[in-house]
Amino acid sequence: MTASSPAQPASPAKRETFSSRRLFILSAIGSAVGLGNIWRFPYIAYDNGGGAFLIPYLVALLTAGIPLLFLDYAVGHKFRGSAPLAYRRLHRAAEPLGWWQVLVCFVIAAYYAVIIAWSVMYTVFSFTEAWGDDAEGFFFGNFLSIAEAPGLGFEYVPSVFFPLLLTWAAVILIMVAGIRKGISRANAILLPLLMVMFLLLVVQSLFLPGAAEGLNAFFTPDWAALANPAVWAAAYGHIFFSLSVGYGIMVTYASYLKRRTDLTGSGMVVAFSNSGFEILAGIGVFAALGFMAQAAGTAVDEVVTQGIGLAFVAFPTIVSQAPFGAFMGVLFFGSLVFAGITSLISVLEVIVAAVQDKLGWGRVQASLVVSGLVAAVSLGLFPTATGLYLLDTSDAFVNSFGITLGALVTVLVLAWFLRKLPLLSAHLNRISTVKMRRTWMILVAGVVPLALIYMVSNEFISKITATYEGYPEWFVGIFGWGMAGALVVLALALTFIPWSHRSKAHHDPEYDAVVAEEEKEKAL
Amino acid sequence: MTPIAIIMMIIAILTVWGGLALALLNLKRHPEDEGALPEERAPEL
Repeated sequence: MTASSPAQPASPAKRETFSSRRLFILSAIGSAVGLGNIWRFPYIAYDNGGGAFLIPYLVALLTAGIPLLFLDYAVGHKFRGSAPLAYRRLHRAAEPLGWWQVLVCFVIAAYYAVIIAWSVMYTVFSFTEAWGDDAEGFFFGNFLSIAEAPGLGFEYVPSVFFPLLLTWAAVILIMVAGIRKGISRANAILLPLLMVMFLLLVVQSLFLPGAAEGLNAFFTPDWAALANPAVWAAAYGHIFFSLSVGYGIMVTYASYLKRRTDLTGSGMVVAFSNSGFEILAGIGVFAALGFMAQAAGTAVDEVVTQGIGLAFVAFPTIVSQAPFGAFMGVLFFGSLVFAGITSLISVLEVIVAAVQDKLGWGRVQASLVVSGLVAAVSLGLFPTATGLYLLDTSDAFVNSFGITLGALVTVLVLAWFLRKLPLLSAHLNRISTVKMRRTWMILVAGVVPLALIYMVSNEFISKITATYEGYPEWFVGIFGWGMAGALVVLALALTFIPWSHRSKAHHDPEYDAVVAEEEKEKAL
Repeated sequence: MTPIAIIMMIIAILTVWGGLALALLNLKRHPEDEGALPEERAPEL
Protein backbone atom coordinates (compact mmCIF):
# COMPACT_ATOMS: atom_id res chain seq x y z
CA MET A 1 0.00 0.00 0.00
CA THR A 2 2.99 2.27 0.50
CA ALA A 3 3.16 2.89 -3.22
CA SER A 4 -0.38 4.25 -3.63
CA SER A 5 -0.35 7.71 -5.09
CA PRO A 6 -1.51 10.54 -2.83
CA ALA A 7 -4.09 11.68 -5.39
CA GLN A 8 -6.22 8.57 -4.81
CA PRO A 9 -8.95 8.52 -2.17
CA ALA A 10 -7.81 7.04 1.14
CA SER A 11 -7.10 3.37 0.47
CA PRO A 12 -9.09 0.91 2.53
CA ALA A 13 -7.17 -1.04 5.16
CA LYS A 14 -5.03 -3.81 3.73
CA ARG A 15 -6.63 -7.23 3.79
CA GLU A 16 -5.43 -9.34 6.68
CA THR A 17 -3.36 -12.44 5.92
CA PHE A 18 -2.25 -15.56 7.70
CA SER A 19 1.41 -14.88 8.44
CA SER A 20 2.45 -18.34 7.27
CA ARG A 21 1.19 -21.36 5.40
CA ARG A 22 1.56 -23.41 8.58
CA LEU A 23 -0.87 -21.18 10.47
CA PHE A 24 -3.40 -21.37 7.66
CA ILE A 25 -3.15 -25.17 7.67
CA LEU A 26 -3.55 -25.28 11.45
CA SER A 27 -6.59 -23.00 11.29
CA ALA A 28 -8.16 -24.95 8.46
CA ILE A 29 -7.64 -28.21 10.37
CA GLY A 30 -9.07 -26.52 13.47
CA SER A 31 -12.14 -25.66 11.46
CA ALA A 32 -12.56 -29.10 9.88
CA VAL A 33 -11.95 -31.04 13.08
CA GLY A 34 -15.06 -30.42 15.11
CA LEU A 35 -17.66 -32.19 17.18
CA GLY A 36 -18.70 -34.29 14.18
CA ASN A 37 -15.29 -35.98 13.98
CA ILE A 38 -15.59 -37.12 17.57
CA TRP A 39 -19.22 -37.98 17.99
CA ARG A 40 -20.51 -38.60 14.46
CA PHE A 41 -17.85 -40.41 12.44
CA PRO A 42 -17.38 -43.43 14.75
CA TYR A 43 -21.09 -44.23 14.66
CA ILE A 44 -21.49 -43.62 10.91
CA ALA A 45 -18.57 -45.94 10.16
CA TYR A 46 -19.86 -48.63 12.53
CA ASP A 47 -23.39 -48.37 11.19
CA ASN A 48 -22.34 -48.54 7.53
CA GLY A 49 -20.21 -51.62 7.25
CA GLY A 50 -17.61 -51.20 10.00
CA GLY A 51 -14.17 -51.84 8.51
CA ALA A 52 -15.67 -52.09 5.03
CA PHE A 53 -16.80 -48.44 5.32
CA LEU A 54 -13.20 -47.43 4.74
CA ILE A 55 -13.67 -48.02 1.01
CA PRO A 56 -16.69 -45.74 0.38
CA TYR A 57 -15.18 -43.28 2.84
CA LEU A 58 -11.88 -42.98 0.95
CA VAL A 59 -13.67 -42.90 -2.39
CA ALA A 60 -15.92 -40.08 -1.17
CA LEU A 61 -12.94 -38.21 0.25
CA LEU A 62 -10.98 -38.39 -3.00
CA THR A 63 -13.82 -37.93 -5.49
CA ALA A 64 -15.96 -35.33 -3.70
CA GLY A 65 -14.52 -33.99 -0.43
CA ILE A 66 -11.10 -32.92 -1.62
CA PRO A 67 -12.31 -31.62 -5.04
CA LEU A 68 -14.96 -29.49 -3.32
CA LEU A 69 -12.41 -28.26 -0.78
CA PHE A 70 -10.22 -27.07 -3.65
CA LEU A 71 -13.20 -25.39 -5.32
CA ASP A 72 -13.72 -23.34 -2.14
CA TYR A 73 -10.00 -22.57 -1.92
CA ALA A 74 -9.87 -21.46 -5.54
CA VAL A 75 -12.86 -19.10 -5.22
CA GLY A 76 -11.61 -17.53 -1.98
CA HIS A 77 -7.99 -17.25 -3.04
CA LYS A 78 -8.54 -16.00 -6.57
CA PHE A 79 -11.16 -13.42 -5.68
CA ARG A 80 -9.73 -12.47 -2.30
CA GLY A 81 -12.93 -11.71 -0.49
CA SER A 82 -15.53 -12.92 1.98
CA ALA A 83 -17.99 -15.39 0.46
CA PRO A 84 -20.42 -12.75 -0.95
CA LEU A 85 -17.63 -10.55 -2.34
CA ALA A 86 -15.68 -13.48 -3.79
CA TYR A 87 -18.74 -14.89 -5.56
CA ARG A 88 -19.70 -11.37 -6.71
CA ARG A 89 -16.28 -10.92 -8.27
CA LEU A 90 -16.63 -14.31 -9.91
CA HIS A 91 -19.96 -13.20 -11.39
CA ARG A 92 -22.56 -10.68 -10.30
CA ALA A 93 -25.28 -13.33 -10.43
CA ALA A 94 -23.39 -15.55 -7.97
CA GLU A 95 -23.47 -13.08 -5.07
CA PRO A 96 -26.60 -14.55 -3.39
CA LEU A 97 -24.73 -17.86 -3.01
CA GLY A 98 -22.29 -16.08 -0.73
CA TRP A 99 -25.04 -14.55 1.38
CA TRP A 100 -26.80 -17.89 1.65
CA GLN A 101 -23.59 -19.36 3.06
CA VAL A 102 -23.23 -16.43 5.46
CA LEU A 103 -26.75 -16.99 6.79
CA VAL A 104 -26.19 -20.74 7.15
CA CYS A 105 -23.16 -19.87 9.26
CA PHE A 106 -25.28 -17.55 11.38
CA VAL A 107 -27.68 -20.37 12.27
CA ILE A 108 -24.90 -22.88 12.90
CA ALA A 109 -22.91 -20.52 15.11
CA ALA A 110 -25.97 -19.77 17.25
CA TYR A 111 -26.53 -23.40 18.28
CA TYR A 112 -22.99 -24.77 17.98
CA ALA A 113 -21.89 -22.50 20.85
CA VAL A 114 -24.54 -24.09 23.06
CA ILE A 115 -22.95 -27.53 22.74
CA ILE A 116 -19.57 -26.05 23.60
CA ALA A 117 -21.14 -24.51 26.71
CA TRP A 118 -22.54 -27.91 27.75
CA SER A 119 -19.10 -29.42 27.25
CA VAL A 120 -17.53 -26.70 29.40
CA MET A 121 -19.93 -27.60 32.21
CA TYR A 122 -19.31 -31.32 31.75
CA THR A 123 -15.56 -30.77 31.95
CA VAL A 124 -16.21 -29.33 35.40
CA PHE A 125 -18.77 -32.02 36.28
CA SER A 126 -16.17 -34.69 35.48
CA PHE A 127 -14.17 -33.86 38.59
CA THR A 128 -17.04 -34.83 40.90
CA GLU A 129 -18.91 -37.08 38.46
CA ALA A 130 -21.89 -34.87 39.19
CA TRP A 131 -24.29 -37.09 37.21
CA GLY A 132 -24.13 -39.85 39.84
CA ASP A 133 -25.38 -43.18 38.53
CA ASP A 134 -28.03 -41.81 36.17
CA ALA A 135 -26.26 -39.90 33.42
CA GLU A 136 -29.35 -39.74 31.21
CA GLY A 137 -31.70 -38.43 33.89
CA PHE A 138 -29.08 -35.94 34.99
CA PHE A 139 -28.49 -34.53 31.50
CA PHE A 140 -32.09 -34.09 30.41
CA GLY A 141 -33.52 -33.41 33.87
CA ASN A 142 -31.14 -31.81 36.34
CA PHE A 143 -28.88 -30.14 33.80
CA LEU A 144 -31.09 -29.08 30.86
CA SER A 145 -34.42 -29.07 32.78
CA ILE A 146 -35.94 -30.04 29.46
CA ALA A 147 -39.62 -29.30 28.87
CA GLU A 148 -42.08 -32.13 28.15
CA ALA A 149 -43.02 -30.87 24.71
CA PRO A 150 -41.27 -28.84 22.00
CA GLY A 151 -42.17 -25.18 21.78
CA LEU A 152 -40.64 -21.77 22.05
CA GLY A 153 -40.24 -21.02 25.73
CA PHE A 154 -38.30 -18.45 27.64
CA GLU A 155 -37.75 -20.37 30.84
CA TYR A 156 -34.02 -19.86 31.13
CA VAL A 157 -31.76 -22.52 32.58
CA PRO A 158 -28.96 -20.76 34.48
CA SER A 159 -26.60 -23.77 34.38
CA VAL A 160 -26.57 -23.46 30.57
CA PHE A 161 -27.01 -19.69 30.24
CA PHE A 162 -23.90 -18.68 32.18
CA PRO A 163 -21.42 -21.09 30.60
CA LEU A 164 -22.84 -20.02 27.22
CA LEU A 165 -22.21 -16.39 28.14
CA LEU A 166 -18.65 -17.33 29.08
CA THR A 167 -18.15 -19.22 25.80
CA TRP A 168 -19.32 -16.22 23.80
CA ALA A 169 -17.09 -13.86 25.77
CA ALA A 170 -14.05 -16.01 24.96
CA VAL A 171 -15.00 -16.36 21.31
CA ILE A 172 -15.67 -12.63 20.89
CA LEU A 173 -12.20 -11.86 22.27
CA ILE A 174 -10.66 -14.15 19.64
CA MET A 175 -12.74 -12.63 16.84
CA VAL A 176 -11.95 -9.03 17.76
CA ALA A 177 -8.22 -9.79 17.80
CA GLY A 178 -8.33 -10.63 14.08
CA ILE A 179 -6.73 -13.22 11.82
CA ARG A 180 -3.16 -13.11 13.12
CA LYS A 181 -3.56 -12.28 16.79
CA GLY A 182 -6.91 -13.97 17.26
CA ILE A 183 -7.76 -16.86 14.96
CA SER A 184 -4.18 -17.98 14.11
CA ARG A 185 -3.07 -17.78 17.70
CA ALA A 186 -6.13 -19.58 19.09
CA ASN A 187 -5.61 -22.43 16.62
CA ALA A 188 -1.86 -22.57 17.23
CA ILE A 189 -2.57 -23.12 20.92
CA LEU A 190 -5.81 -25.09 20.97
CA LEU A 191 -5.18 -27.53 18.11
CA PRO A 192 -1.93 -29.05 19.49
CA LEU A 193 -3.56 -29.15 22.91
CA LEU A 194 -6.56 -30.98 21.43
CA MET A 195 -4.27 -33.51 19.75
CA VAL A 196 -2.34 -34.26 22.94
CA MET A 197 -5.48 -34.53 25.07
CA PHE A 198 -7.23 -36.72 22.55
CA LEU A 199 -4.24 -39.02 22.15
CA LEU A 200 -4.08 -39.46 25.92
CA LEU A 201 -7.80 -40.24 25.91
CA VAL A 202 -7.38 -42.86 23.20
CA VAL A 203 -4.46 -44.50 24.99
CA GLN A 204 -6.41 -44.58 28.26
CA SER A 205 -9.45 -46.07 26.50
CA LEU A 206 -7.32 -48.78 24.90
CA PHE A 207 -6.21 -49.99 28.32
CA LEU A 208 -9.78 -50.41 29.59
CA PRO A 209 -11.11 -53.96 29.85
CA GLY A 210 -13.41 -54.72 26.90
CA ALA A 211 -11.63 -52.27 24.58
CA ALA A 212 -10.76 -55.07 22.15
CA GLU A 213 -14.44 -56.03 21.85
CA GLY A 214 -15.25 -52.43 20.99
CA LEU A 215 -12.59 -52.34 18.30
CA ASN A 216 -13.86 -55.62 16.89
CA ALA A 217 -17.30 -54.06 16.54
CA PHE A 218 -15.81 -50.99 14.87
CA PHE A 219 -13.39 -52.65 12.45
CA THR A 220 -14.99 -55.98 11.52
CA PRO A 221 -15.98 -55.46 7.89
CA ASP A 222 -19.45 -56.18 6.60
CA TRP A 223 -18.62 -56.48 2.90
CA ALA A 224 -22.29 -56.80 1.93
CA ALA A 225 -22.73 -53.18 2.98
CA LEU A 226 -20.74 -52.11 -0.08
CA ALA A 227 -23.64 -53.15 -2.30
CA ASN A 228 -25.99 -50.86 -0.45
CA PRO A 229 -26.35 -47.37 -2.00
CA ALA A 230 -27.34 -45.94 1.40
CA VAL A 231 -23.87 -46.79 2.69
CA TRP A 232 -22.24 -44.85 -0.13
CA ALA A 233 -24.59 -41.94 0.46
CA ALA A 234 -23.64 -42.00 4.13
CA ALA A 235 -19.96 -41.82 3.17
CA TYR A 236 -20.45 -38.84 0.85
CA GLY A 237 -22.73 -37.16 3.39
CA HIS A 238 -20.24 -37.56 6.17
CA ILE A 239 -17.31 -36.28 4.10
CA PHE A 240 -19.22 -33.11 3.15
CA PHE A 241 -20.02 -32.24 6.76
CA SER A 242 -16.68 -33.33 8.11
CA LEU A 243 -14.49 -31.22 5.84
CA SER A 244 -16.49 -27.98 6.41
CA VAL A 245 -16.86 -27.50 2.66
CA GLY A 246 -19.58 -25.69 0.76
CA TYR A 247 -20.66 -23.05 3.25
CA GLY A 248 -18.14 -20.30 2.99
CA ILE A 249 -15.58 -21.24 5.61
CA MET A 250 -12.84 -22.38 3.28
CA VAL A 251 -13.62 -19.55 0.83
CA THR A 252 -13.11 -17.07 3.67
CA TYR A 253 -9.98 -18.67 5.12
CA ALA A 254 -8.37 -19.03 1.68
CA SER A 255 -8.99 -15.33 1.01
CA TYR A 256 -6.54 -14.56 3.81
CA LEU A 257 -3.75 -16.58 2.21
CA LYS A 258 -0.81 -14.89 0.64
CA ARG A 259 -0.83 -14.92 -3.13
CA ARG A 260 1.87 -17.44 -3.77
CA THR A 261 0.63 -20.23 -1.60
CA ASP A 262 0.51 -23.90 -2.51
CA LEU A 263 -3.25 -24.30 -2.22
CA THR A 264 -3.67 -27.95 -3.13
CA GLY A 265 -0.56 -29.14 -1.29
CA SER A 266 -1.83 -27.42 1.86
CA GLY A 267 -5.35 -28.71 1.28
CA MET A 268 -4.17 -32.32 1.09
CA VAL A 269 -2.61 -31.94 4.54
CA VAL A 270 -5.85 -30.45 5.87
CA ALA A 271 -8.05 -33.17 4.38
CA PHE A 272 -5.90 -36.09 5.54
CA SER A 273 -5.39 -34.59 9.01
CA ASN A 274 -9.15 -34.35 9.36
CA SER A 275 -9.56 -37.99 8.35
CA GLY A 276 -6.63 -39.08 10.50
CA PHE A 277 -8.30 -37.49 13.49
CA GLU A 278 -11.57 -39.24 12.70
CA ILE A 279 -9.95 -42.65 12.58
CA LEU A 280 -8.33 -41.89 15.92
CA ALA A 281 -11.71 -40.83 17.32
CA GLY A 282 -13.28 -44.05 16.08
CA ILE A 283 -10.62 -46.08 17.89
CA GLY A 284 -10.98 -44.08 21.12
CA VAL A 285 -14.76 -43.99 21.15
CA PHE A 286 -15.21 -47.69 20.34
CA ALA A 287 -12.59 -48.79 22.85
CA ALA A 288 -14.53 -46.84 25.46
CA LEU A 289 -17.88 -48.25 24.27
CA GLY A 290 -16.39 -51.75 24.45
CA PHE A 291 -15.55 -51.08 28.09
CA MET A 292 -19.06 -49.74 28.72
CA ALA A 293 -20.63 -52.88 27.24
CA GLN A 294 -18.35 -55.11 29.24
CA ALA A 295 -19.18 -53.25 32.48
CA ALA A 296 -22.90 -53.56 31.74
CA GLY A 297 -22.53 -57.22 30.72
CA THR A 298 -24.06 -56.60 27.28
CA ALA A 299 -22.87 -56.70 23.67
CA VAL A 300 -21.26 -53.63 22.14
CA ASP A 301 -24.17 -53.07 19.74
CA GLU A 302 -26.43 -52.50 22.77
CA VAL A 303 -24.50 -49.43 23.88
CA VAL A 304 -23.53 -47.87 20.52
CA THR A 305 -24.82 -44.33 20.05
CA GLN A 306 -23.81 -41.02 18.53
CA GLY A 307 -24.15 -37.28 18.95
CA ILE A 308 -25.56 -35.87 22.13
CA GLY A 309 -26.38 -39.33 23.46
CA LEU A 310 -22.78 -40.46 23.04
CA ALA A 311 -21.20 -37.36 24.56
CA PHE A 312 -23.57 -36.55 27.39
CA VAL A 313 -25.06 -39.91 28.32
CA ALA A 314 -22.71 -42.73 27.30
CA PHE A 315 -19.44 -40.97 28.10
CA PRO A 316 -20.46 -39.81 31.59
CA THR A 317 -21.46 -43.42 32.29
CA ILE A 318 -18.04 -44.60 31.11
CA VAL A 319 -16.31 -41.91 33.19
CA SER A 320 -18.13 -43.12 36.31
CA GLN A 321 -17.08 -46.73 35.76
CA ALA A 322 -13.55 -46.38 34.46
CA PRO A 323 -10.44 -46.27 36.61
CA PHE A 324 -9.15 -42.65 36.66
CA GLY A 325 -12.55 -41.76 35.20
CA ALA A 326 -12.41 -38.10 36.22
CA PHE A 327 -9.19 -37.68 34.22
CA MET A 328 -10.81 -39.34 31.23
CA GLY A 329 -13.85 -37.06 31.52
CA VAL A 330 -11.71 -33.93 31.55
CA LEU A 331 -9.82 -35.15 28.48
CA PHE A 332 -13.00 -36.01 26.59
CA PHE A 333 -15.07 -32.93 27.37
CA GLY A 334 -12.04 -30.66 27.16
CA SER A 335 -11.44 -32.08 23.66
CA LEU A 336 -15.02 -31.28 22.72
CA VAL A 337 -14.58 -27.70 23.96
CA PHE A 338 -11.35 -27.12 22.02
CA ALA A 339 -12.53 -28.88 18.87
CA GLY A 340 -15.75 -26.87 19.08
CA ILE A 341 -14.14 -23.46 19.61
CA THR A 342 -11.70 -23.78 16.71
CA SER A 343 -14.66 -24.67 14.47
CA LEU A 344 -16.97 -21.97 15.84
CA ILE A 345 -14.50 -19.17 15.17
CA SER A 346 -14.20 -20.28 11.53
CA VAL A 347 -17.99 -20.25 11.17
CA LEU A 348 -18.20 -16.76 12.69
CA GLU A 349 -15.38 -15.48 10.48
CA VAL A 350 -17.57 -16.12 7.42
CA ILE A 351 -20.11 -13.61 8.76
CA VAL A 352 -17.58 -11.11 10.11
CA ALA A 353 -15.67 -11.01 6.81
CA ALA A 354 -18.88 -10.55 4.82
CA VAL A 355 -20.05 -7.63 6.98
CA GLN A 356 -16.59 -6.05 6.81
CA ASP A 357 -16.63 -6.24 3.03
CA LYS A 358 -20.22 -5.11 2.52
CA LEU A 359 -20.16 -2.15 4.88
CA GLY A 360 -16.48 -1.25 4.68
CA TRP A 361 -16.20 -1.62 8.46
CA GLY A 362 -13.00 -2.24 10.38
CA ARG A 363 -12.16 -5.52 12.07
CA VAL A 364 -13.10 -4.50 15.60
CA GLN A 365 -16.43 -2.93 14.73
CA ALA A 366 -17.51 -5.79 12.44
CA SER A 367 -16.48 -8.58 14.79
CA LEU A 368 -18.09 -6.92 17.82
CA VAL A 369 -21.39 -6.26 16.07
CA VAL A 370 -21.57 -9.64 14.32
CA SER A 371 -20.48 -11.79 17.27
CA GLY A 372 -22.66 -9.71 19.59
CA LEU A 373 -25.68 -10.28 17.37
CA VAL A 374 -25.12 -14.03 17.01
CA ALA A 375 -24.44 -14.28 20.75
CA ALA A 376 -27.68 -12.45 21.52
CA VAL A 377 -29.70 -14.85 19.36
CA SER A 378 -27.84 -17.82 20.81
CA LEU A 379 -28.34 -16.66 24.43
CA GLY A 380 -31.93 -15.63 23.78
CA LEU A 381 -33.22 -18.83 22.20
CA PHE A 382 -31.17 -21.83 23.30
CA PRO A 383 -30.38 -21.94 27.05
CA THR A 384 -34.06 -22.55 27.79
CA ALA A 385 -36.13 -25.56 28.79
CA THR A 386 -37.15 -25.98 25.14
CA GLY A 387 -33.73 -25.12 23.71
CA LEU A 388 -32.78 -28.72 22.94
CA TYR A 389 -35.77 -29.16 20.60
CA LEU A 390 -34.88 -25.96 18.79
CA LEU A 391 -31.23 -26.98 18.53
CA ASP A 392 -32.13 -30.39 17.16
CA THR A 393 -34.54 -28.98 14.58
CA SER A 394 -32.35 -26.13 13.37
CA ASP A 395 -29.35 -28.47 13.12
CA ALA A 396 -31.25 -31.03 11.05
CA PHE A 397 -32.75 -28.49 8.65
CA VAL A 398 -29.74 -26.24 8.23
CA ASN A 399 -27.63 -29.31 7.44
CA SER A 400 -30.04 -30.63 4.82
CA PHE A 401 -31.46 -27.50 3.25
CA GLY A 402 -28.73 -25.01 4.09
CA ILE A 403 -25.38 -26.73 3.72
CA THR A 404 -26.24 -29.61 1.39
CA LEU A 405 -28.73 -27.81 -0.85
CA GLY A 406 -26.55 -24.69 -0.80
CA ALA A 407 -23.50 -26.68 -1.87
CA LEU A 408 -25.51 -28.31 -4.66
CA VAL A 409 -26.75 -24.98 -6.03
CA THR A 410 -23.27 -23.45 -5.76
CA VAL A 411 -21.63 -26.31 -7.65
CA LEU A 412 -24.31 -26.31 -10.35
CA VAL A 413 -24.09 -22.54 -10.82
CA LEU A 414 -20.30 -22.48 -10.94
CA ALA A 415 -19.80 -25.58 -13.08
CA TRP A 416 -22.80 -25.62 -15.40
CA PHE A 417 -24.28 -22.11 -15.63
CA LEU A 418 -21.29 -19.82 -15.30
CA ARG A 419 -18.78 -22.44 -16.50
CA LYS A 420 -16.02 -21.13 -14.30
CA LEU A 421 -14.20 -24.39 -13.59
CA PRO A 422 -11.47 -23.92 -16.26
CA LEU A 423 -10.70 -20.49 -14.78
CA LEU A 424 -10.57 -21.86 -11.24
CA SER A 425 -8.53 -24.88 -12.31
CA ALA A 426 -5.99 -22.55 -13.93
CA HIS A 427 -5.79 -20.58 -10.69
CA LEU A 428 -5.16 -23.71 -8.62
CA ASN A 429 -2.43 -24.85 -11.02
CA ARG A 430 -0.61 -21.51 -11.13
CA ILE A 431 1.21 -22.18 -7.89
CA SER A 432 0.06 -25.45 -6.44
CA THR A 433 2.04 -28.66 -6.40
CA VAL A 434 -0.82 -31.11 -6.82
CA LYS A 435 -2.34 -30.22 -10.19
CA MET A 436 -6.11 -30.10 -10.67
CA ARG A 437 -7.00 -30.45 -14.31
CA ARG A 438 -9.64 -32.42 -16.22
CA THR A 439 -10.24 -35.06 -13.58
CA TRP A 440 -10.90 -32.37 -11.01
CA MET A 441 -13.37 -30.61 -13.29
CA ILE A 442 -15.17 -33.86 -14.06
CA LEU A 443 -15.42 -34.67 -10.35
CA VAL A 444 -16.69 -31.20 -9.40
CA ALA A 445 -19.13 -30.95 -12.29
CA GLY A 446 -20.27 -34.57 -12.24
CA VAL A 447 -19.66 -36.72 -9.17
CA VAL A 448 -20.17 -33.95 -6.59
CA PRO A 449 -23.57 -32.73 -7.87
CA LEU A 450 -24.81 -36.30 -8.34
CA ALA A 451 -23.92 -37.18 -4.73
CA LEU A 452 -25.49 -33.95 -3.49
CA ILE A 453 -28.69 -34.46 -5.51
CA TYR A 454 -29.05 -37.93 -4.03
CA MET A 455 -28.53 -36.59 -0.49
CA VAL A 456 -30.86 -33.61 -0.83
CA SER A 457 -33.66 -35.67 -2.32
CA ASN A 458 -33.28 -38.31 0.38
CA GLU A 459 -33.51 -35.64 3.04
CA PHE A 460 -36.45 -34.00 1.35
CA ILE A 461 -38.38 -37.24 1.09
CA SER A 462 -37.71 -38.30 4.67
CA LYS A 463 -38.60 -34.89 6.09
CA ILE A 464 -41.74 -34.45 3.99
CA THR A 465 -43.18 -37.92 4.65
CA ALA A 466 -43.06 -37.65 8.44
CA THR A 467 -42.87 -34.58 10.66
CA TYR A 468 -39.31 -34.37 11.96
CA GLU A 469 -38.91 -36.39 15.18
CA GLY A 470 -42.67 -36.26 15.67
CA TYR A 471 -42.38 -32.67 16.85
CA PRO A 472 -45.50 -30.47 16.44
CA GLU A 473 -46.08 -29.42 12.85
CA TRP A 474 -46.09 -25.69 13.56
CA PHE A 475 -42.74 -26.04 15.33
CA VAL A 476 -41.01 -27.87 12.48
CA GLY A 477 -42.81 -25.59 10.02
CA ILE A 478 -41.37 -22.43 11.54
CA PHE A 479 -37.95 -23.45 12.84
CA GLY A 480 -37.24 -26.15 10.26
CA TRP A 481 -38.77 -25.45 6.84
CA GLY A 482 -39.48 -21.79 7.59
CA MET A 483 -35.96 -21.10 8.78
CA ALA A 484 -34.37 -22.91 5.82
CA GLY A 485 -36.59 -21.01 3.35
CA ALA A 486 -36.00 -17.69 5.09
CA LEU A 487 -32.26 -18.10 4.52
CA VAL A 488 -32.77 -18.13 0.76
CA VAL A 489 -35.14 -15.14 0.80
CA LEU A 490 -32.82 -13.17 3.08
CA ALA A 491 -29.82 -14.05 0.90
CA LEU A 492 -31.57 -12.48 -2.10
CA ALA A 493 -32.58 -9.47 -0.01
CA LEU A 494 -29.00 -8.93 1.19
CA THR A 495 -27.80 -9.06 -2.42
CA PHE A 496 -30.08 -6.15 -3.30
CA ILE A 497 -28.80 -3.97 -0.46
CA PRO A 498 -26.14 -1.84 -2.13
CA TRP A 499 -22.51 -2.22 -1.06
CA SER A 500 -21.26 0.71 1.01
CA HIS A 501 -19.26 3.34 -0.88
CA ARG A 502 -16.40 2.48 1.45
CA SER A 503 -16.64 -1.18 0.52
CA LYS A 504 -13.85 -3.06 -1.18
CA ALA A 505 -16.36 -4.07 -3.81
CA HIS A 506 -15.94 -0.54 -5.22
CA HIS A 507 -12.40 0.38 -4.36
CA ASP A 508 -9.78 -2.25 -3.65
CA PRO A 509 -6.36 -1.27 -5.00
CA GLU A 510 -4.89 -4.44 -3.58
CA TYR A 511 -7.24 -6.66 -5.60
CA ASP A 512 -6.93 -4.47 -8.71
CA ALA A 513 -3.15 -4.92 -8.54
CA VAL A 514 -3.55 -8.68 -8.33
CA VAL A 515 -5.86 -8.72 -11.36
CA ALA A 516 -3.51 -6.46 -13.34
CA GLU A 517 -0.56 -8.65 -12.52
CA GLU A 518 -2.40 -11.79 -13.56
CA GLU A 519 -3.39 -10.12 -16.83
CA LYS A 520 0.24 -9.27 -17.47
CA GLU A 521 1.30 -12.84 -16.70
CA LYS A 522 -1.28 -14.17 -19.14
CA ALA A 523 -0.10 -11.80 -21.88
CA LEU A 524 3.49 -13.00 -21.60
CA MET B 1 -9.28 -58.59 18.69
CA THR B 2 -10.14 -60.85 15.78
CA PRO B 3 -7.60 -61.13 12.95
CA ILE B 4 -9.91 -59.55 10.38
CA ALA B 5 -10.59 -56.55 12.68
CA ILE B 6 -6.85 -56.14 13.25
CA ILE B 7 -6.16 -56.27 9.52
CA MET B 8 -8.85 -53.67 8.77
CA MET B 9 -7.54 -51.43 11.54
CA ILE B 10 -4.03 -51.59 10.12
CA ILE B 11 -5.25 -50.89 6.59
CA ALA B 12 -7.31 -47.91 7.81
CA ILE B 13 -4.40 -46.44 9.72
CA LEU B 14 -1.94 -47.04 6.88
CA THR B 15 -4.11 -45.48 4.17
CA VAL B 16 -5.30 -42.44 6.10
CA TRP B 17 -2.19 -41.64 8.09
CA GLY B 18 -0.04 -42.73 5.18
CA GLY B 19 -1.93 -40.23 3.07
CA LEU B 20 -1.21 -37.57 5.67
CA ALA B 21 2.48 -38.48 5.70
CA LEU B 22 2.64 -38.20 1.90
CA ALA B 23 0.82 -34.86 1.97
CA LEU B 24 3.24 -33.53 4.58
CA LEU B 25 6.23 -34.81 2.63
CA ASN B 26 5.00 -33.12 -0.54
CA LEU B 27 4.58 -29.85 1.33
CA LYS B 28 8.02 -30.13 2.86
CA ARG B 29 9.60 -30.66 -0.55
CA HIS B 30 8.02 -27.42 -1.72
CA PRO B 31 8.79 -24.84 0.92
CA GLU B 32 6.84 -21.61 1.01
CA ASP B 33 8.39 -19.20 -1.46
CA GLU B 34 7.87 -15.89 0.25
CA GLY B 35 9.94 -13.51 -1.79
CA ALA B 36 9.25 -14.71 -5.31
CA LEU B 37 6.43 -12.28 -5.95
CA PRO B 38 5.90 -8.98 -4.21
CA GLU B 39 3.22 -9.24 -1.57
CA GLU B 40 2.80 -5.47 -1.77
CA ARG B 41 1.48 -3.75 -4.86
CA ALA B 42 3.99 -3.59 -7.61
CA PRO B 43 5.56 -0.10 -7.48
CA GLU B 44 4.76 0.76 -11.06
CA LEU B 45 1.03 0.39 -10.53
